[in-house]
Amino acid sequence: MTATTPTDPPAIGRDRQGDILLEARGITKRFGDILANDDVSIALRAGEIHALLGENGAGKSTLVKILYGALEPNGGTLHWQGREVTIASPAEARKLGIGMVFQHFSLFEALTVAENIALALPRGTAMRELSARIREVSRDYGLTLDPQAIVADLPVGIRQRIEIVRCLLQEPQLIIMDEPTSVLTPQEADQLFLTLERLTLEGCAILYISHRLEEVKRICHHATVMRHGKVISECDPARETAASLARMMVGSAVHDLKRGPRPDAGAVRLELRGLSAPADGPFSVAIDTVDLQVRGGEVVAIAGIAGNGQGELFDLVSGERLSSSGSVQIDGQAAGRSGITARRRAGAAFVPEERLGHGAVPGLRLSENIVLTRHSTGDGLVRGGFVDTDRAGELEKRIKNNFGVRMSHDDAEARALSGGNLQKFVIGRELDRQPGVLVVNQPTWGVDAGAAALIRQELIDLSRQGSAVLVISQDLDEIFEIADRIAVISRGHLSEAEPAETMTRERIGLLMGGMEDRQGGATHAA
Amino acid sequence: MGMFEAILLTVITAATPLLLAAIGELVVERSGVLNLGVEGMMILGAVMGFAAAQATGSPYAGALCAMLAGMTLALLFGFLTIHLVANQVATGLALTLLGLGLAGMIGEAFVGRPGVRLQAIDIPVLSDLPVVGRILFGQDLLVYISLALVAAVTYVLFHTRVGLVIRAVGDNHGSAHALGVSVRKVRYLAVLFGGACAGLAGGYLSLAYTPQWIEGMTAGRGWIALALVVFATWRPLRLLAGAYLFGAVGIMQFHAQAHGFGIPSQFLSALPYAATIAVLVIISRNRILTRINTPACLGRPFVPDR
Repeated sequence: MTATTPTDPPAIGRDRQGDILLEARGITKRFGDILANDDVSIALRAGEIHALLGENGAGKSTLVKILYGALEPNGGTLHWQGREVTIASPAEARKLGIGMVFQHFSLFEALTVAENIALALPRGTAMRELSARIREVSRDYGLTLDPQAIVADLPVGIRQRIEIVRCLLQEPQLIIMDEPTSVLTPQEADQLFLTLERLTLEGCAILYISHRLEEVKRICHHATVMRHGKVISECDPARETAASLARMMVGSAVHDLKRGPRPDAGAVRLELRGLSAPADGPFSVAIDTVDLQVRGGEVVAIAGIAGNGQGELFDLVSGERLSSSGSVQIDGQAAGRSGITARRRAGAAFVPEERLGHGAVPGLRLSENIVLTRHSTGDGLVRGGFVDTDRAGELEKRIKNNFGVRMSHDDAEARALSGGNLQKFVIGRELDRQPGVLVVNQPTWGVDAGAAALIRQELIDLSRQGSAVLVISQDLDEIFEIADRIAVISRGHLSEAEPAETMTRERIGLLMGGMEDRQGGATHAA
Repeated sequence: MGMFEAILLTVITAATPLLLAAIGELVVERSGVLNLGVEGMMILGAVMGFAAAQATGSPYAGALCAMLAGMTLALLFGFLTIHLVANQVATGLALTLLGLGLAGMIGEAFVGRPGVRLQAIDIPVLSDLPVVGRILFGQDLLVYISLALVAAVTYVLFHTRVGLVIRAVGDNHGSAHALGVSVRKVRYLAVLFGGACAGLAGGYLSLAYTPQWIEGMTAGRGWIALALVVFATWRPLRLLAGAYLFGAVGIMQFHAQAHGFGIPSQFLSALPYAATIAVLVIISRNRILTRINTPACLGRPFVPDR
């Protein structure tokens, strides 16, 4: 183990030479009974990309919000260039020279790019000048932007650029980035890494939060690992392996997934045949003649950048939106015109991306949420119009135990569960049925490493029992871990599913960018 | 004075209170707050304006007092919904009931008393021009103020940083907070501005439209103003057009009755609301219109985490 405890001087790693820009000492933050940050200390140096690692709920976001002035610590001190400071608001943080690129975009959809950026800059910035500066900076860093575009019209990759350019225009000395690459193609991410490198050469400090450990190993000079609100260790990520980093985060070894041999091709259990649908409004994507077969025994994954039709495709497959009769077939039966319940009865199960509000009703207890998707799938939950609450309670206990769903009290309301636990529950609810066809959108979105490994293992196990599993995901690591075949969705068009062994990240990246499409289009035109 | 000119003059007086109340509410809603208490703030403005004009003899003092009355109710609304995060719809409805009740009680002594009329400003020479003279240059001060307000609100909302902040708060209060904008302060100020405008609109009724106090004299104009904001898809210039259109429809009721057209007056008085529903249907079909103009945080409570 090369990690040291935070009290030891960081003896390992490349020389940490930069001056300490921002130092937090003994930061404590309490929410009710929960200690979100417990005596956390971190020192960020100029010219260094500093990774902040930890599972969901480890206290990373709390710490970052404190550093950015959005939260007030209950204890501890902040030191900016050796001077003790209080950062009472984000505006004060910006005045010191701290910029932040948010994970959940903090953009205003109804406003233009220039207006969004103007809001983060000091008063008195003339709009006309600003547009020119935006063009200049975005060109300099290879992050092209149109200042007059309205954010609502822009895809997520571009929105991430706005966040970054907005941050750069503040000319910060410290940039905090929360999961900046989660919506970027591999190529776009590479571009971002070049930008970051350039910034560090200019003397900028960067605090980098990411769940993607390979990425952290590649670009970060130093890492602080948090668990349960405490700093567990510091290390040089380049000298660690992804597995050793994950072990520090989780506190125990994360088991490698057991894939087992892929069974011989089973029967086609889910088939999409020429599935098309027009865009459902300006922010939605048209689905363009999607053909896909998922056989029993395999996991097929659909990769793609957010906003390329994943949600629309999921709606069509699950029956939230209807299509022509034969375009969706479950176990050989035409289901395109059947609703969700009919498709569930045919043996399919669906887990949408948004777990709270779509996958589960926030104000209902878990047992009630079970009834909502399983009322007519032969579980005996509804008898003569009455809900069998005892039976629902039994199921709730079974799912809770089998999937390790943790909650403060029995049969809690869905909204009381943490994101990872609720995700375990909504996936467990469907897996518990042993469905013949399972369609999952973003199975481990925002779920920590331990829970993600469990969910992925369950998906593989289900397929190996003869079910067809279709996973829509933006996480390439996840896709390569679980998928037997991979297809890529780009602007509503699905590439042919190819065996995972022959797919490379580069190729997926090109398909995500619609490169193949364009070439195809060119030949058509010629 | 021709018949046409007479009708046009009455349309202006009918449109002005709608315009005043609606332009205030537009700013309030742009900041993400839905204040359904416009009717209540208007009627309190009407009675207080009347009372102050009686006491001082000056309609301008009356107008000022009407604004203050509207702002007082708005402050109460702001305290309940912004500070205590009470439900905006319920609080707004309660505010309307409170305003109607209070105004009825205060105004009991004034029923049947002649009021002080806000005189038209005659701009020499110009107001004597044929046809357009009286209409353009012979109106009272509040008519000009209402038009100036539309221009000012348009400019501020879309060309200044203050307006940008208001729109940002209405679009995404979480992000605005994260950027260091004081969401509550912006909303308090917007709500107070809305109260002042609604109060002034009420004052216009009891000082210029019919210079006397009649219980319930707002007669649902606060609700029309609310509908107008939606009708205008939160854009001030469309609001101006809408106010004059709705004002004209209101006037048409009288003329239709007077001339015995076969249109039931109930139909005409329902027209503004029917038009609003039609507009709602049209804009909700065009999502880009809805998305860009509708304040996304409208009516949503904001609790900063700290």
